[in-house]
Amino acid sequence: MQITTTVNGHPYSKDVEPRTLLVHYLRDMLGLTGTNVGCDTSSCGACTILLNGESVKSCTVLAVQADGQELVTIEGMATESGLHPIQKAFQENHGLQCGYCTPGMVMAAASFLKENPKPTEHEVREALEGNLCRCTGYHNIVKSVLAAATAMEGVVL
Amino acid sequence: MFPASFDYVKATSVPDAVSILSSVEDSKLLAGGHSLLPLMKLRLASPSMLVDIGSLSELSYIEDKGDYVAVGALTRHHDVQNSRLLKSEVPILPYVASQVGDPSVRHRGTIGGSISHGDGASDLPAAVLALDAKFVAVGPKGERVIPASQFFVGFLETVLDLDEVLTEIRVPKFSGGWSYQKFNRRAQDWAIVGVAAVSNGSTKVSLVNMGSTPLRAVGTEAALADGASIEEASSKASDGIDPPSDLNASSAYRRHLAEVLVRRALVEALR
Ligand SMILES: Cc1cc2nc3c(=O)[nH]c(=O)nc-3n(C[C@H](O)[C@H](O)[C@H](O)COP(=O)(O)OP(=O)(O)OC[C@H]3O[C@@H](n4cnc5c(N)ncnc54)[C@H](O)[C@@H]3O)c2cc1C
Ligand code: FES
Ligand code: FES
Repeated sequence: MQITTTVNGHPYSKDVEPRTLLVHYLRDMLGLTGTNVGCDTSSCGACTILLNGESVKSCTVLAVQADGQELVTIEGMATESGLHPIQKAFQENHGLQCGYCTPGMVMAAASFLKENPKPTEHEVREALEGNLCRCTGYHNIVKSVLAAATAMEGVVL
Repeated sequence: MFPASFDYVKATSVPDAVSILSSVEDSKLLAGGHSLLPLMKLRLASPSMLVDIGSLSELSYIEDKGDYVAVGALTRHHDVQNSRLLKSEVPILPYVASQVGDPSVRHRGTIGGSISHGDGASDLPAAVLALDAKFVAVGPKGERVIPASQFFVGFLETVLDLDEVLTEIRVPKFSGGWSYQKFNRRAQDWAIVGVAAVSNGSTKVSLVNMGSTPLRAVGTEAALADGASIEEASSKASDGIDPPSDLNASSAYRRHLAEVLVRRALVEALR
Protein backbone atom coordinates (compact mmCIF):
# COMPACT_ATOMS: atom_id res chain seq x y z
CA MET A 1 0.00 0.00 0.00
CA GLN A 2 1.28 3.47 -0.94
CA ILE A 3 1.64 5.84 2.00
CA THR A 4 2.77 9.44 2.20
CA THR A 5 4.33 10.89 5.32
CA THR A 6 6.20 14.01 6.29
CA VAL A 7 9.19 13.06 8.41
CA ASN A 8 11.36 15.78 9.94
CA GLY A 9 9.89 18.19 7.39
CA HIS A 10 10.63 16.01 4.33
CA PRO A 11 7.84 14.36 2.33
CA TYR A 12 8.18 10.62 1.63
CA SER A 13 6.04 8.35 -0.49
CA LYS A 14 6.62 4.61 -0.10
CA ASP A 15 4.97 1.30 -0.76
CA VAL A 16 4.58 -0.64 2.51
CA GLU A 17 3.03 -3.92 3.60
CA PRO A 18 0.12 -3.27 6.00
CA ARG A 19 1.95 -5.18 8.73
CA THR A 20 5.04 -2.95 8.57
CA LEU A 21 5.52 -1.30 11.94
CA LEU A 22 6.20 2.43 11.94
CA VAL A 23 9.57 1.94 13.62
CA HIS A 24 10.72 -0.40 10.82
CA TYR A 25 9.41 1.99 8.20
CA LEU A 26 11.56 4.74 9.74
CA ARG A 27 14.67 2.63 10.30
CA ASP A 28 14.70 0.24 7.36
CA MET A 29 12.87 2.11 4.62
CA LEU A 30 13.87 5.71 5.38
CA GLY A 31 17.26 4.92 6.95
CA LEU A 32 16.45 6.94 10.06
CA THR A 33 18.12 4.63 12.55
CA GLY A 34 18.20 7.09 15.45
CA THR A 35 14.92 5.63 16.68
CA ASN A 36 15.78 2.45 18.59
CA VAL A 37 13.91 -0.76 19.25
CA GLY A 38 14.32 -1.88 22.84
CA CYS A 39 11.58 -4.23 23.91
CA ASP A 40 9.36 -4.52 20.84
CA THR A 41 6.42 -4.96 23.26
CA SER A 42 5.34 -1.33 23.88
CA SER A 43 7.00 -1.20 27.28
CA CYS A 44 10.38 0.56 27.09
CA GLY A 45 9.82 3.74 25.07
CA ALA A 46 13.14 3.49 23.14
CA CYS A 47 11.11 3.80 19.92
CA THR A 48 9.28 6.99 20.96
CA ILE A 49 8.74 9.55 18.18
CA LEU A 50 6.32 12.42 17.63
CA LEU A 51 3.19 11.75 15.59
CA ASN A 52 1.48 15.06 14.86
CA GLY A 53 3.46 16.57 17.71
CA GLU A 54 2.61 13.95 20.35
CA SER A 55 4.77 11.13 21.66
CA VAL A 56 3.91 7.61 20.49
CA LYS A 57 5.68 4.27 20.66
CA SER A 58 6.47 3.59 17.02
CA CYS A 59 6.75 -0.19 17.60
CA THR A 60 3.01 -0.16 18.36
CA VAL A 61 1.81 1.87 15.38
CA LEU A 62 1.48 0.53 11.84
CA ALA A 63 3.18 2.52 9.10
CA VAL A 64 -0.19 2.63 7.30
CA GLN A 65 -1.71 4.37 10.33
CA ALA A 66 0.80 7.18 9.80
CA ASP A 67 -0.33 7.75 6.20
CA GLY A 68 -0.79 11.48 5.64
CA GLN A 69 0.63 12.36 9.04
CA GLU A 70 3.50 14.47 10.31
CA LEU A 71 6.35 12.69 12.12
CA VAL A 72 9.41 13.90 13.98
CA THR A 73 12.26 11.58 14.98
CA ILE A 74 15.43 12.32 16.93
CA GLU A 75 17.12 13.20 13.61
CA GLY A 76 14.69 16.10 13.27
CA MET A 77 15.60 17.76 16.55
CA ALA A 78 18.96 19.40 15.88
CA THR A 79 19.12 22.28 13.39
CA GLU A 80 21.91 23.96 11.39
CA SER A 81 22.61 26.10 14.42
CA GLY A 82 23.19 23.11 16.72
CA LEU A 83 21.56 20.68 19.09
CA HIS A 84 17.97 21.12 20.24
CA PRO A 85 17.85 22.56 23.79
CA ILE A 86 16.61 19.19 25.11
CA GLN A 87 19.57 17.39 23.52
CA LYS A 88 21.92 20.03 24.86
CA ALA A 89 20.47 19.67 28.35
CA PHE A 90 21.03 15.89 28.24
CA GLN A 91 24.63 16.49 27.20
CA GLU A 92 25.31 19.11 29.86
CA ASN A 93 23.59 17.24 32.69
CA HIS A 94 25.04 13.83 31.97
CA GLY A 95 21.53 12.58 31.14
CA LEU A 96 22.82 9.50 29.32
CA GLN A 97 25.33 6.74 29.70
CA CYS A 98 25.03 4.08 26.96
CA GLY A 99 22.57 6.31 25.12
CA TYR A 100 20.21 3.58 23.98
CA CYS A 101 17.14 5.06 25.67
CA THR A 102 18.11 8.64 24.86
CA PRO A 103 16.32 9.22 21.53
CA GLY A 104 13.08 8.00 23.12
CA MET A 105 13.67 10.05 26.27
CA VAL A 106 14.29 13.21 24.24
CA MET A 107 11.16 12.70 22.12
CA ALA A 108 8.98 11.90 25.15
CA ALA A 109 10.37 15.01 26.85
CA ALA A 110 9.66 17.13 23.76
CA SER A 111 6.02 16.00 23.73
CA PHE A 112 5.66 16.53 27.46
CA LEU A 113 7.26 20.00 27.57
CA LYS A 114 4.85 21.14 24.88
CA GLU A 115 1.95 20.10 27.15
CA ASN A 116 3.60 21.32 30.34
CA PRO A 117 6.34 23.91 29.73
CA LYS A 118 7.02 24.55 33.42
CA PRO A 119 6.90 21.15 35.10
CA THR A 120 7.84 20.15 38.62
CA GLU A 121 10.34 17.36 39.19
CA HIS A 122 7.50 15.02 40.13
CA GLU A 123 5.63 15.82 36.92
CA VAL A 124 8.75 15.05 34.86
CA ARG A 125 9.10 11.68 36.57
CA GLU A 126 5.45 10.84 35.87
CA ALA A 127 5.75 12.00 32.26
CA LEU A 128 8.67 9.66 31.62
CA GLU A 129 7.06 6.61 33.22
CA GLY A 130 6.82 4.88 29.82
CA ASN A 131 10.55 5.27 29.08
CA LEU A 132 12.96 2.85 30.68
CA CYS A 133 16.66 3.48 31.22
CA ARG A 134 18.95 0.67 32.31
CA CYS A 135 21.96 2.88 33.05
CA THR A 136 21.43 6.26 34.62
CA GLY A 137 19.05 5.64 37.51
CA TYR A 138 16.90 8.41 35.93
CA HIS A 139 18.13 11.16 38.23
CA ASN A 140 20.17 12.98 35.60
CA ILE A 141 17.49 12.42 32.96
CA VAL A 142 15.00 14.25 35.15
CA LYS A 143 17.59 16.95 35.80
CA SER A 144 18.15 17.28 32.04
CA VAL A 145 14.45 17.70 31.29
CA LEU A 146 14.08 20.33 34.01
CA ALA A 147 17.14 22.16 32.66
CA ALA A 148 15.69 21.99 29.15
CA ALA A 149 12.40 23.45 30.39
CA THR A 150 14.27 26.40 31.88
CA ALA A 151 16.44 26.84 28.78
CA MET A 152 13.42 26.84 26.47
CA GLU A 153 11.26 29.06 28.67
CA GLY A 154 8.15 27.54 27.16
CA VAL A 155 9.29 27.65 23.51
CA VAL A 156 9.14 24.11 22.12
CA LEU A 157 9.95 22.70 18.68
CA MET B 1 8.20 -9.00 15.95
CA PHE B 2 5.79 -8.67 13.05
CA PRO B 3 2.11 -9.43 12.95
CA ALA B 4 1.03 -12.11 10.47
CA SER B 5 0.00 -10.65 7.10
CA PHE B 6 -3.38 -9.02 6.82
CA ASP B 7 -5.30 -6.76 4.49
CA TYR B 8 -5.88 -3.18 5.56
CA VAL B 9 -8.62 -0.74 4.77
CA LYS B 10 -9.48 2.70 6.12
CA ALA B 11 -13.18 2.99 6.90
CA THR B 12 -14.75 6.19 5.58
CA SER B 13 -17.70 6.18 8.00
CA VAL B 14 -19.37 4.02 10.65
CA PRO B 15 -21.81 2.44 8.12
CA ASP B 16 -18.83 1.74 5.83
CA ALA B 17 -17.00 -0.01 8.71
CA VAL B 18 -20.13 -2.05 9.53
CA SER B 19 -20.59 -3.15 5.95
CA ILE B 20 -16.92 -4.25 5.62
CA LEU B 21 -17.10 -6.11 8.94
CA SER B 22 -20.28 -7.92 7.79
CA SER B 23 -18.87 -8.91 4.42
CA VAL B 24 -15.24 -9.85 5.17
CA GLU B 25 -14.76 -12.93 7.31
CA ASP B 26 -12.42 -12.55 10.26
CA SER B 27 -12.03 -8.80 9.76
CA LYS B 28 -11.46 -6.68 12.86
CA LEU B 29 -11.71 -3.02 13.79
CA LEU B 30 -8.53 -1.10 14.50
CA ALA B 31 -8.88 1.98 16.74
CA GLY B 32 -5.73 3.06 18.63
CA GLY B 33 -4.21 -0.38 18.16
CA HIS B 34 -2.74 -0.43 21.66
CA SER B 35 -4.40 -3.68 22.64
CA LEU B 36 -4.82 -5.28 19.24
CA LEU B 37 -1.34 -4.68 17.76
CA PRO B 38 0.54 -6.14 20.75
CA LEU B 39 -1.70 -9.25 20.50
CA MET B 40 -1.07 -9.48 16.75
CA LYS B 41 2.69 -9.10 17.19
CA LEU B 42 2.61 -12.02 19.64
CA ARG B 43 0.46 -13.89 17.08
CA LEU B 44 -2.27 -14.30 19.66
CA ALA B 45 -4.57 -12.65 17.12
CA SER B 46 -4.31 -12.83 13.34
CA PRO B 47 -7.31 -11.20 11.70
CA SER B 48 -7.60 -11.43 7.90
CA MET B 49 -8.27 -7.72 7.59
CA LEU B 50 -7.99 -4.62 9.76
CA VAL B 51 -10.71 -2.03 9.30
CA ASP B 52 -9.12 1.19 10.53
CA ILE B 53 -11.59 3.58 12.14
CA GLY B 54 -8.75 5.68 13.58
CA SER B 55 -9.37 8.59 11.23
CA LEU B 56 -13.13 8.88 11.83
CA SER B 57 -12.91 12.19 13.69
CA GLU B 58 -16.72 12.25 14.07
CA LEU B 59 -16.28 9.54 16.75
CA SER B 60 -14.01 11.70 18.89
CA TYR B 61 -15.96 14.09 21.13
CA ILE B 62 -17.03 14.81 24.70
CA GLU B 63 -20.46 16.45 24.91
CA ASP B 64 -22.81 17.62 27.65
CA LYS B 65 -26.22 15.93 27.24
CA GLY B 66 -27.98 17.18 30.37
CA ASP B 67 -27.96 14.31 32.83
CA TYR B 68 -25.13 12.47 31.12
CA VAL B 69 -21.92 13.17 29.21
CA ALA B 70 -21.56 11.55 25.78
CA VAL B 71 -18.04 10.39 24.96
CA GLY B 72 -17.29 9.31 21.38
CA ALA B 73 -15.74 5.84 21.16
CA LEU B 74 -12.58 7.13 19.48
CA THR B 75 -11.84 9.69 22.19
CA ARG B 76 -8.30 8.99 23.34
CA HIS B 77 -7.35 8.42 26.96
CA HIS B 78 -5.31 11.64 26.75
CA ASP B 79 -8.42 13.65 25.83
CA VAL B 80 -10.61 12.00 28.49
CA GLN B 81 -7.90 12.74 31.05
CA ASN B 82 -7.81 16.44 30.14
CA SER B 83 -11.51 17.11 29.56
CA ARG B 84 -12.80 20.02 31.64
CA LEU B 85 -16.38 18.87 31.21
CA LEU B 86 -15.61 15.39 32.52
CA LYS B 87 -13.48 16.77 35.36
CA SER B 88 -16.44 18.76 36.62
CA GLU B 89 -19.32 16.33 35.88
CA VAL B 90 -17.81 12.82 36.07
CA PRO B 91 -14.45 13.39 37.78
CA ILE B 92 -13.63 9.71 38.28
CA LEU B 93 -13.38 9.12 34.52
CA PRO B 94 -10.53 11.56 33.71
CA TYR B 95 -8.68 10.36 36.79
CA VAL B 96 -8.97 6.72 35.74
CA ALA B 97 -7.90 7.62 32.17
CA SER B 98 -4.79 9.28 33.65
CA GLN B 99 -3.90 5.96 35.29
CA VAL B 100 -3.85 3.99 32.01
CA GLY B 101 -0.36 3.00 30.82
CA ASP B 102 1.90 6.00 30.17
CA PRO B 103 1.55 9.29 28.23
CA SER B 104 2.46 7.73 24.85
CA VAL B 105 -0.09 4.93 25.34
CA ARG B 106 -2.69 7.56 26.26
CA HIS B 107 -1.92 9.48 23.06
CA ARG B 108 -3.09 6.47 21.02
CA GLY B 109 -5.46 4.29 23.05
CA THR B 110 -9.17 5.06 22.89
CA ILE B 111 -11.97 4.64 25.42
CA GLY B 112 -14.04 2.67 22.90
CA GLY B 113 -11.12 0.34 22.18
CA SER B 114 -10.53 -0.26 25.86
CA ILE B 115 -14.21 -1.03 26.51
CA SER B 116 -14.69 -3.18 23.38
CA HIS B 117 -11.55 -5.14 24.20
CA GLY B 118 -13.27 -5.97 27.50
CA ASP B 119 -10.17 -6.91 29.46
CA GLY B 120 -10.96 -7.61 33.13
CA ALA B 121 -7.55 -6.14 34.00
CA SER B 122 -8.24 -2.78 32.31
CA ASP B 123 -9.03 0.37 34.23
CA LEU B 124 -11.72 2.12 32.18
CA PRO B 125 -14.13 -0.84 31.82
CA ALA B 126 -14.36 -1.12 35.63
CA ALA B 127 -14.89 2.63 35.93
CA VAL B 128 -17.78 2.71 33.44
CA LEU B 129 -19.27 -0.34 35.18
CA ALA B 130 -19.32 1.46 38.55
CA LEU B 131 -20.78 4.51 36.80
CA ASP B 132 -23.66 2.50 35.30
CA ALA B 133 -22.73 3.90 31.90
CA LYS B 134 -24.53 2.95 28.70
CA PHE B 135 -22.91 2.09 25.38
CA VAL B 136 -24.25 2.84 21.90
CA ALA B 137 -23.44 0.25 19.24
CA VAL B 138 -24.20 0.38 15.52
CA GLY B 139 -24.57 -2.79 13.44
CA PRO B 140 -26.23 -3.92 10.22
CA LYS B 141 -29.62 -3.83 11.95
CA GLY B 142 -29.14 -0.31 13.26
CA GLU B 143 -28.36 1.13 16.64
CA ARG B 144 -28.81 -0.33 20.12
CA VAL B 145 -28.04 0.93 23.61
CA ILE B 146 -26.43 -1.55 26.02
CA PRO B 147 -26.09 -1.01 29.78
CA ALA B 148 -22.56 -1.56 31.09
CA SER B 149 -23.89 -4.19 33.51
CA GLN B 150 -24.85 -6.42 30.54
CA PHE B 151 -21.86 -5.69 28.30
CA PHE B 152 -18.91 -7.74 29.59
CA VAL B 153 -19.55 -11.47 29.32
CA GLY B 154 -16.24 -13.38 29.40
CA PHE B 155 -12.49 -13.25 28.87
CA LEU B 156 -11.97 -10.54 26.21
CA GLU B 157 -15.60 -11.11 25.26
CA THR B 158 -18.45 -8.60 25.16
CA VAL B 159 -22.02 -8.71 23.83
CA LEU B 160 -20.92 -6.75 20.73
CA ASP B 161 -21.52 -8.70 17.53
CA LEU B 162 -18.55 -9.17 15.21
CA ASP B 163 -20.02 -6.61 12.84
CA GLU B 164 -21.00 -4.01 15.43
CA VAL B 165 -19.15 -0.77 16.11
CA LEU B 166 -19.23 0.83 19.54
CA THR B 167 -19.84 4.52 18.83
CA GLU B 168 -20.61 6.27 22.10
CA ILE B 169 -20.24 5.90 25.86
CA ARG B 170 -22.88 7.66 27.95
CA VAL B 171 -21.69 8.41 31.46
CA PRO B 172 -24.23 9.70 33.99
CA LYS B 173 -23.23 12.85 35.82
CA PHE B 174 -22.92 12.55 39.57
CA SER B 175 -22.16 14.90 42.42
CA GLY B 176 -21.21 12.49 45.22
CA GLY B 177 -17.84 11.11 46.25
CA TRP B 178 -15.66 8.73 44.28
CA SER B 179 -12.39 6.89 44.43
CA TYR B 180 -10.17 4.83 42.18
CA GLN B 181 -7.55 2.63 43.79
CA LYS B 182 -5.06 1.02 41.43
CA PHE B 183 -2.56 -1.32 43.00
CA ASN B 184 0.55 -2.15 40.99
CA ARG B 185 4.21 -2.50 41.76
CA ARG B 186 5.74 -0.34 39.04
CA ALA B 187 4.65 2.85 37.31
CA GLN B 188 2.99 2.15 33.95
CA ASP B 189 1.92 -1.39 34.94
CA TRP B 190 -1.58 -2.81 34.81
CA ALA B 191 -3.49 -3.11 38.08
CA ILE B 192 -2.84 -6.28 40.07
CA VAL B 193 -6.16 -5.35 41.64
CA GLY B 194 -8.10 -2.11 41.21
CA VAL B 195 -11.26 -0.71 42.76
CA ALA B 196 -13.64 1.98 41.51
CA ALA B 197 -16.22 3.42 43.90
CA VAL B 198 -18.92 5.93 42.99
CA SER B 199 -21.34 7.31 45.55
CA ASN B 200 -24.46 8.88 44.12
CA GLY B 201 -27.37 8.13 46.42
CA SER B 202 -26.34 4.49 46.54
CA THR B 203 -22.72 3.35 46.35
CA LYS B 204 -21.43 1.33 43.40
CA VAL B 205 -18.17 -0.56 43.65
CA SER B 206 -16.38 -2.40 40.86
CA LEU B 207 -13.23 -4.50 40.74
CA VAL B 208 -10.32 -4.69 38.27
CA ASN B 209 -8.43 -7.93 37.61
CA MET B 210 -10.49 -10.02 40.03
CA GLY B 211 -11.97 -12.17 37.24
CA SER B 212 -12.14 -12.55 33.48
CA THR B 213 -14.36 -9.44 33.22
CA PRO B 214 -14.63 -6.28 35.29
CA LEU B 215 -16.91 -7.16 38.22
CA ARG B 216 -19.25 -5.38 40.61
CA ALA B 217 -18.46 -6.05 44.27
CA VAL B 218 -22.04 -7.18 44.91
CA GLY B 219 -21.34 -8.33 48.47
CA THR B 220 -19.98 -4.91 49.42
CA GLU B 221 -22.80 -3.05 47.63
CA ALA B 222 -25.51 -5.10 49.35
CA ALA B 223 -23.89 -4.65 52.77
CA LEU B 224 -23.70 -0.87 52.29
CA ALA B 225 -27.33 -0.76 51.19
CA ASP B 226 -28.20 -2.58 54.44
CA GLY B 227 -26.38 0.09 56.45
CA ALA B 228 -23.18 -1.85 57.17
CA SER B 229 -20.03 -0.03 58.26
CA ILE B 230 -17.16 0.47 55.79
CA GLU B 231 -15.18 -2.15 57.70
CA GLU B 232 -17.97 -4.71 57.40
CA ALA B 233 -18.78 -3.88 53.78
CA SER B 234 -15.17 -4.14 52.63
CA SER B 235 -14.81 -7.58 54.25
CA LYS B 236 -17.36 -8.73 51.65
CA ALA B 237 -15.36 -7.34 48.70
CA SER B 238 -14.79 -10.71 47.04
CA ASP B 239 -17.98 -12.50 48.10
CA GLY B 240 -18.96 -14.85 45.29
CA ILE B 241 -15.78 -14.01 43.34
CA ASP B 242 -12.98 -16.45 42.56
CA PRO B 243 -10.02 -14.31 41.48
CA PRO B 244 -7.30 -15.80 39.27
CA SER B 245 -3.74 -16.63 40.32
CA ASP B 246 -0.90 -15.45 38.09
CA LEU B 247 2.74 -14.44 38.36
CA ASN B 248 1.80 -11.16 40.04
CA ALA B 249 -0.52 -12.47 42.73
CA SER B 250 -2.17 -15.59 44.08
CA SER B 251 -5.93 -15.80 44.32
CA ALA B 252 -5.78 -15.40 48.10
CA TYR B 253 -3.54 -12.32 47.83
CA ARG B 254 -5.99 -10.79 45.33
CA ARG B 255 -8.82 -11.32 47.82
CA HIS B 256 -6.76 -9.62 50.48
CA LEU B 257 -5.95 -6.72 48.16
CA ALA B 258 -9.61 -6.36 47.18
CA GLU B 259 -10.63 -5.99 50.81
CA VAL B 260 -7.92 -3.43 51.58
CA LEU B 261 -8.52 -1.43 48.42
CA VAL B 262 -12.32 -1.45 48.76
CA ARG B 263 -11.91 -0.13 52.30
CA ARG B 264 -9.59 2.65 51.07
CA ALA B 265 -11.96 3.44 48.21
CA LEU B 266 -15.00 3.64 50.49
CA VAL B 267 -13.19 5.82 53.03
CA GLU B 268 -12.33 8.23 50.23
CA ALA B 269 -15.67 8.10 48.40
CA LEU B 270 -17.89 8.33 51.48
CA ARG B 271 -16.00 10.90 53.52
C1 LIG C 1 2.33 -0.43 27.20
C2 LIG C 1 0.84 -0.46 27.41
C3 LIG C 1 0.35 -0.26 28.68
C4 LIG C 1 -1.03 -0.28 28.91
N1 LIG C 1 -1.47 -0.10 30.18
C5 LIG C 1 -2.78 -0.13 30.44
C6 LIG C 1 -3.28 0.07 31.76
O1 LIG C 1 -2.53 0.31 32.70
N2 LIG C 1 -4.62 0.02 31.94
C7 LIG C 1 -5.49 -0.19 30.91
O2 LIG C 1 -6.67 -0.20 31.14
N3 LIG C 1 -5.07 -0.36 29.65
C8 LIG C 1 -3.74 -0.33 29.39
N4 LIG C 1 -3.30 -0.52 28.10
C9 LIG C 1 -4.28 -0.77 27.02
C10 LIG C 1 -4.74 0.54 26.42
O3 LIG C 1 -5.62 1.18 27.31
C11 LIG C 1 -5.44 0.34 25.06
O4 LIG C 1 -5.35 1.57 24.41
C12 LIG C 1 -6.89 0.03 25.08
O5 LIG C 1 -7.11 -1.11 25.86
C13 LIG C 1 -7.41 -0.32 23.69
O6 LIG C 1 -7.78 0.82 22.98
P1 LIG C 1 -7.35 0.98 21.46
O7 LIG C 1 -8.05 2.16 20.95
O8 LIG C 1 -5.88 0.98 21.39
O9 LIG C 1 -8.00 -0.34 20.81
P2 LIG C 1 -7.48 -1.34 19.69
O10 LIG C 1 -6.25 -2.01 20.13
O11 LIG C 1 -7.47 -0.67 18.37
O12 LIG C 1 -8.69 -2.36 19.71
C14 LIG C 1 -8.90 -3.24 20.80
C15 LIG C 1 -10.05 -4.20 20.47
O13 LIG C 1 -11.29 -3.54 20.45
C16 LIG C 1 -11.89 -3.57 19.16
N5 LIG C 1 -12.43 -2.22 18.94
C17 LIG C 1 -11.74 -1.05 18.99
N6 LIG C 1 -12.57 -0.01 18.84
C18 LIG C 1 -13.82 -0.53 18.69
C19 LIG C 1 -15.12 0.06 18.52
N7 LIG C 1 -15.29 1.39 18.47
N8 LIG C 1 -16.18 -0.77 18.40
C20 LIG C 1 -16.02 -2.12 18.45
N9 LIG C 1 -14.83 -2.73 18.64
C21 LIG C 1 -13.74 -1.94 18.76
C22 LIG C 1 -10.79 -3.98 18.21
O14 LIG C 1 -11.30 -4.69 17.11
C23 LIG C 1 -9.92 -4.85 19.10
O15 LIG C 1 -10.43 -6.14 19.18
C24 LIG C 1 -1.93 -0.50 27.84
C25 LIG C 1 -1.43 -0.69 26.55
C26 LIG C 1 -0.07 -0.67 26.31
C27 LIG C 1 0.43 -0.88 24.93
S1 FES D 1 10.60 -0.82 21.41
FE1 FES D 1 8.73 0.28 21.37
S2 FES D 1 8.30 0.51 23.46
FE2 FES D 1 10.10 -0.72 23.52
S1 FES E 1 21.53 5.55 29.04
FE1 FES E 1 21.70 3.40 28.78
S2 FES E 1 19.60 2.83 28.75
FE2 FES E 1 19.48 4.89 29.31
